[in-house]
Amino acid sequence: MMLNVQVYRYNPEENREPYMRDYQVNTEGKDLMVLDVLNLIKQQDPTLVYRRSCREGVCGSDGLNINGKNGLACITPLSEVVAAGESLVIRPLMGLPIIRDLVVDMTQFYTQYEKIKPYLINETPAPAIERLQSPEDRDKLDGLYECILCACCSTSCPSFWWNPDKFVGPAGLLQAYRFLADSRDTAQRERLAGLEDPFSVFRCHGIMNCVNVCPKGLNPTKAIGHIRNMLLTAAS
Amino acid sequence: MAKSVTNFSGNGVSDWLIQRVSAVVLAVYLVVVAGWALFSSGGFDNWHGFMMSMPMKVFSILAVLSLVGHSWIGIWAISTDYIKHTVVRLAFQVAVVLALLVYMIWALTIFWG
Ligand code: SF4
Ligand code: SF4
Ligand code: FES
Repeated sequence: MMLNVQVYRYNPEENREPYMRDYQVNTEGKDLMVLDVLNLIKQQDPTLVYRRSCREGVCGSDGLNINGKNGLACITPLSEVVAAGESLVIRPLMGLPIIRDLVVDMTQFYTQYEKIKPYLINETPAPAIERLQSPEDRDKLDGLYECILCACCSTSCPSFWWNPDKFVGPAGLLQAYRFLADSRDTAQRERLAGLEDPFSVFRCHGIMNCVNVCPKGLNPTKAIGHIRNMLLTAAS
Repeated sequence: MAKSVTNFSGNGVSDWLIQRVSAVVLAVYLVVVAGWALFSSGGFDNWHGFMMSMPMKVFSILAVLSLVGHSWIGIWAISTDYIKHTVVRLAFQVAVVLALLVYMIWALTIFWG
């Protein structure tokens, strides 16, 4: 079974503009993962560049735009994205600067993540062993802590495309809520104060592209709704 | 955090709340006015009498203020998304705000005067 694959190629040292290149890949009739297909292409053409590491949906490094939808190449089977006889089209994540081929510059994404202070803040003296949390309080972090920062969500969000420097984006906001919801964190007021401007949170228009693509099945829109309610409560 | 001088209230929470409340005011106003148009016998004198009654005066002023706030917030958001050139964006925002203020003063003189 030969599969036609179109891959976005751009080497700033050699190409003036990006272009799509066609490859023929023999899938031997197997339902390969998209990352396997990229590895087969890499054997044909070692100049192709992409990121990957764990190959099992844990590290978050191979977020790509696959047939128009963002996802992790390593856990996306061909059967999920290409109908029989169709081509596979692979592009880099949208909205971030391209370094080369499928590799994007994630600086803006990480800058937004950094802004929300993704660590526990607690100035009270630390107990001898650990800061305990009740099972109920721990449950509040489910659906939040699992994020692997693959950026599939933020790079599918139009609000993030237009204002990547001011809108925190779904990934950052999911983590913002992860710390707002943590019973051990004591900086809730400061965290909220950093989010009340017209851009950081409120640029979300509930388009829900983020929910649609998250390979971990997380729901940033819901977390953003919780943050908005906390902001409204704090302000009224 | 991004500060913005052209934004309506300068605070995302107030903007969000104003946007929702003004939407409700405008929706109810539309229903009331459309209801009158559908069920009254029509005619300018009837219309004038209806619109110049005290409740409708107050409601109309409220609706105009809602319209100004709602448009300002909405158009501001759209222009910061899509107009990347700072001078062009600023010019556009100032023009919209001036037009909205003109409409507001005009409407106020009609209903207040
Ligand atoms: S929320 Fe989901 S899509 Fe977004 S960065 Fe985290 S794991 Fe990736
Ligand atoms: S719901 Fe909000 S964060 Fe998610 S894609 Fe839409 S605008 Fe972006
Ligand atoms: S290679 Fe690690 S998530 Fe795909």
